Amino acid sequence: MKKIQILGTGCPKCKALTQNAETAAKELGLEYTLEKVTDIKEIMKFGVMMTPALVVDGQVKTAGKLLNIQEIKEMLKL
Amino acid sequence: MRILKWTLLLTAAVLLWGLIYWNLAAFGGWFTYSLLKMQQGGHLSSAVEFFVFETPKVLMLLVLIVFGIGIIRSFFTPEKTRKILSGKSETVGNILAALLGVVTPFCSCSAVPLFVGFVTAGVPIGVTFSFLISAPMINEIALVMLFGMFGWRVAGLYMGVGLLIAIVAGWILGRLHMEKHIEPWVFQAKMGDGAQENAMNWEDRIRYGLNAVRDIVSKVWIYVILGIAVGAGIHGYVPQDFMASFMGKGAWWSVPAAVLLGVPMYSNAAGIIPVVKALLEKGAALGTVLAFMMAVIGLSLPEAIILRNILKPKLVFTFFGIVAVGIVIIGYLFNILL
Repeated sequence: MKKIQILGTGCPKCKALTQNAETAAKELGLEYTLEKVTDIKEIMKFGVMMTPALVVDGQVKTAGKLLNIQEIKEMLKL
Repeated sequence: MRILKWTLLLTAAVLLWGLIYWNLAAFGGWFTYSLLKMQQGGHLSSAVEFFVFETPKVLMLLVLIVFGIGIIRSFFTPEKTRKILSGKSETVGNILAALLGVVTPFCSCSAVPLFVGFVTAGVPIGVTFSFLISAPMINEIALVMLFGMFGWRVAGLYMGVGLLIAIVAGWILGRLHMEKHIEPWVFQAKMGDGAQENAMNWEDRIRYGLNAVRDIVSKVWIYVILGIAVGAGIHGYVPQDFMASFMGKGAWWSVPAAVLLGVPMYSNAAGIIPVVKALLEKGAALGTVLAFMMAVIGLSLPEAIILRNILKPKLVFTFFGIVAVGIVIIGYLFNILL
């Protein structure tokens, strides 16, 4: 079970990243949960300084980047 | 082999770019006067020529610049910048922060996490503000478009003045000791480790640059065209020296008015500069126009609203007030000196 979290306060890029992550996880056939973290205080606990950020199983993978589906797949495979 | 392939591709792209770019003026004239058979010197024809020449020119400059800046930015991350700034004394910190604000990737939607990230790492408040002022205000797009349209002197002035405002305003904000006007949770925030970035190789950096081009150009091209269309209208129809009466050096109230007008306007640099060029042509004073441009780019209401999450209203007003006053002073200074 992969735990995917998207950190972002609701900017267009955050929404796009959420969609890409969802598609990537589905295409890989993963069992996953996806959570959007929109509260700024919660976001800060991850230590990111740029949004959107992608967090997999509690680990920050990238910050400030809109990844494409292929890139997210790479990060979910590990 | 891959490096060779990329180098060849890039060289070819740059050569092609140059070839087209240096023939645009000729193309604009040919298009307007030979193809459309317009009369030289008419209102419409000079507006059309302006538009046909400036649109591809600005878009091409934009692609080149955004790519170049993208490559530079791939060397900087907010994490690195924070590391450099934490533990620096205030004055040196203000200067460094303003400089780093130019090259660190930044988007005003990330202003809040960045602010908290800096403050919790021990970067002084004033230094953090220097960064937050310089990052949006010294806009790479504005910088190189000014260079393309007015030459290095105006571009240099814009950058120097932007740095000065960021340094001085940040320094003053630091002296005011306004810590109590920051929402208390900011100081209690516990920062995690953040993203661990992998080292980039040259291919990654080129991709980073290309992504930046795709991202930014797809977002701003429409503003560029609108801006140039307005600019073309002014260029063709507004009489020479028309602006001199109310945006010229003689009108003392024009500088604060330009700033007041600029704050609620939220445009990006790419759209505002063609308008600026047309205004200058018609006799507006450089200081007034520069003040207008900096207020539009550097002070935006959306940013104020975002910052309200962590700053109490008094500090938001002080922050905007100091920067606005700085811009007004600079505007006057330019009008007097030039």
